[in-house]
Amino acid sequence: MTDIPAKAAAHSASSGSVLLTLMKLRTFIALIAVLIFFSIAAPNFLSTANLILMSKHVALNAFLAMGMTFVIITGGIDLSVGSIVGLCGMVAGYLVLNGIDLQIGYTIYFNVFEIALITLAVGILIGAVNGLLITRLNVAPFIATLGVLYVARGLALLSSDGRTFPNLVGKPELGTTGFGFLGAGRLLGLPVAIWILIVVALGAAYLAKYTPLGRHIFAVGGNERASRISGVRVNMVKMFVYMFSGFCAAIVGLIISSELMASHPATGESFELNAIAAAVLGGTSMSGGRGTIGGTIVGAFVIGILSDGLVMMGVSSFWQMVIKGLVIIVAVVVDQAQRRLQQRVTLMQMAKAG
Amino acid sequence: MSATAEREIILKLEDVSKVYSGTVAVKRANFEVRKGAVNVLVGENGAGKSTLMKIIAGVERPTAGRILLEGEEVSFSSSGDAVNRGIGMVFQELNLFGNMSVAENIFATREITNRFGKIDRKEQERRAAEFLERLQAGIRPDMLVEDLRIGQQQLVEIAKAVSLDARILIMDEPTSALSAAEVEILFKVIADLKARGVAIVYISHRLEELIRIGDYITVLRDGRITGQEEMKNVDTQWIVRQMIGSDAKDFAKADGHLPGEEIFRAEDICLPRAIGGLAVDHVSLSLRAGEILGIYGLMGAGRSELFDCIMGRHGHSTGAIFIGGKKVKERDTTRRIRRGLALIPEDRQREGLVSILSVASNLTLASLSRFARLFHIRGADERQAVTQMVRELAIKVADPAQEVSSLSGGNQQKVVIGKALLTEPKVLLMDEPSRGIDVGAKADVFRTMRKLSRDGLGILFATSDLDEVMALSDRIAVMSNGKLTGMFDRAEATEAALVAASALGHGPVPHTESTAHD
Repeated sequence: MTDIPAKAAAHSASSGSVLLTLMKLRTFIALIAVLIFFSIAAPNFLSTANLILMSKHVALNAFLAMGMTFVIITGGIDLSVGSIVGLCGMVAGYLVLNGIDLQIGYTIYFNVFEIALITLAVGILIGAVNGLLITRLNVAPFIATLGVLYVARGLALLSSDGRTFPNLVGKPELGTTGFGFLGAGRLLGLPVAIWILIVVALGAAYLAKYTPLGRHIFAVGGNERASRISGVRVNMVKMFVYMFSGFCAAIVGLIISSELMASHPATGESFELNAIAAAVLGGTSMSGGRGTIGGTIVGAFVIGILSDGLVMMGVSSFWQMVIKGLVIIVAVVVDQAQRRLQQRVTLMQMAKAG
Repeated sequence: MSATAEREIILKLEDVSKVYSGTVAVKRANFEVRKGAVNVLVGENGAGKSTLMKIIAGVERPTAGRILLEGEEVSFSSSGDAVNRGIGMVFQELNLFGNMSVAENIFATREITNRFGKIDRKEQERRAAEFLERLQAGIRPDMLVEDLRIGQQQLVEIAKAVSLDARILIMDEPTSALSAAEVEILFKVIADLKARGVAIVYISHRLEELIRIGDYITVLRDGRITGQEEMKNVDTQWIVRQMIGSDAKDFAKADGHLPGEEIFRAEDICLPRAIGGLAVDHVSLSLRAGEILGIYGLMGAGRSELFDCIMGRHGHSTGAIFIGGKKVKERDTTRRIRRGLALIPEDRQREGLVSILSVASNLTLASLSRFARLFHIRGADERQAVTQMVRELAIKVADPAQEVSSLSGGNQQKVVIGKALLTEPKVLLMDEPSRGIDVGAKADVFRTMRKLSRDGLGILFATSDLDEVMALSDRIAVMSNGKLTGMFDRAEATEAALVAASALGHGPVPHTESTAHD
């Protein structure tokens, strides 16, 4: 009985739905567009070597953008990730070169695996500081993470008096060799960094979709008060997202130091802005409650391919910035248009249905 | 009252309708407002009174119909437009800026400036003081609005509307948060305005109040106007008949089951107010399994705050609660929900729903741990629970993956109820469960309450609707100014007794005639 009107509604709403589907897939379409454009405009763009190099560049931003996505979905922002990258790189470099001096004539040296774990713990810890400032002391996320941005960068510079920790090959007799594996190693033909990205991205996407914590992240961003009344532990959810963001930043710090076999305290400056850009390009709403890990990864690829492709074409870096900015603005404008269209299509369907 | 017959009509609505996505709020309403008189508008919650007034005040635009101001057709594109035409409104929900002073609020958007465009603060405060003087509320114009009691804020809202020098002044439940003494002052102000030829449109739930100050009365039911009369020709029975209609409200009859053992007890709950005093003042009550305990009280009486304390939303509240005789030591909402408490909040949009999530996600938000093994949500279990809840509560939704904001108010409310029920509560707290939903959905909600109580749940429900509390409750508690001022068995409760008790919390009552009407 209800079959016929439902079919009619679906049919007449379909023209709006096609446009809507196109708009929903906009980041993906943009990705294909930049791929096609550069494969024609830039020679060697599609060579395997170049693609792998590019994906390594993209991976760095993608890690940060994933952490950022969860933070933004809860309605927050994390400006400190670039500084955490720098500080974690310095922590790793310091441990490889100097170990920990126990002040009693002994120095502990860690193997590379342990160093990686310690560095990740430092990243998570700084994320926890962000989280505590925001949940316990009620500091606005923008301000709290801005403060931590400066503090972490300052600590990174202090750790070496502003110098670079060079030559992180380690010493075989101390068991500190092998640090280069993360940045230069390969498994089955793909860089290790890409494998790590795949694992973390799948984990994050699973978390978002199939766990209570993931559902709570969206709920907190959509309506914090309603979440609280429904028994969601809002503070715990917020702690988690900032700690996860710190974790992602620590991974990036490790990978960069490992690639360069050196730690420089200024590493990661303004990385936070690229991460925010990728998340927004991937459809994450700055007002909270909306976003996907998949979208963010695609967003990171669009930004990364765009900048690498423009470099290969020899476009001036000043123009690159202008173009990147325009792409982000267009993405958000289309996003708003999609929202409005979606609302109209929903209303139309409701009116048709009854 | 002299010569009530020949007061001229200043504003006329002809066949005005207003449709929102999903619901028709006002259907072909014809409404007249007379000069120098109090034009009373009355109807149940959700009958469309506020919408009708917002149309007159230019806040909402009618979907169809004409507005005639002194015989000339007008159309307001904003509330500023209506203000320019001499129409002022005191809104039900306070529209004040808490971070600004009283004077700044009164003159917001029409600031008094000097030649150089600088705001003349002194002059504003002087003029504001004149208006406040008339309200005798002891409010200084330089006080911050957020520091005032809710009743005083309402007076500021009234002062603001009076200061507009409006020819038509709409008051939407202006007394809902006022003490008896403040109500008297307001009535004096209204008499004064009337004498100056201002047309007043007055909305209230309190029938005794309406009969006292009204000159003309219009009754709304389900968006339709069901009666328009001179006040001197009508009595309470007439009003109630027009409001409820022949198809009397479907309250779902009691099935006569007997309540069981005590399932919930609150002892000596106190909640301090930010500005001093107690929002919840030493409240103790007990609830039995299968019992519906109605809590009647006016706006600001402390009902919602009491529920908040029970749910553990205020860390600084004191007192103890017991479930099934055992003390609940947990102080946070999450663990209290696990102990079997669930709240259906008054404000659906702000506290009940995550509007951008789907119907399904909203339904299971509070009970996700039930569907998760370790940390994995089992999709099939979740879907089954959602489907079952949608069917049980008769939620009208094509696909539970639809955004919850696309549903009508009544169905949204059912989603909030479903969310609470999925946590398998022993005690359900419902704060104004029928607010802003249509008649059909109301009947569904009431039927659900009956069914739940039959199944052995204890239900505490707060309402400011007398009919509702009388019809649904096994026992009725009355709150006023944070205190529990009355506890009645259904058999012994009368409307007059409830109304009297609901004014007790404000200390000595200066007038008693208001309850003597019926």
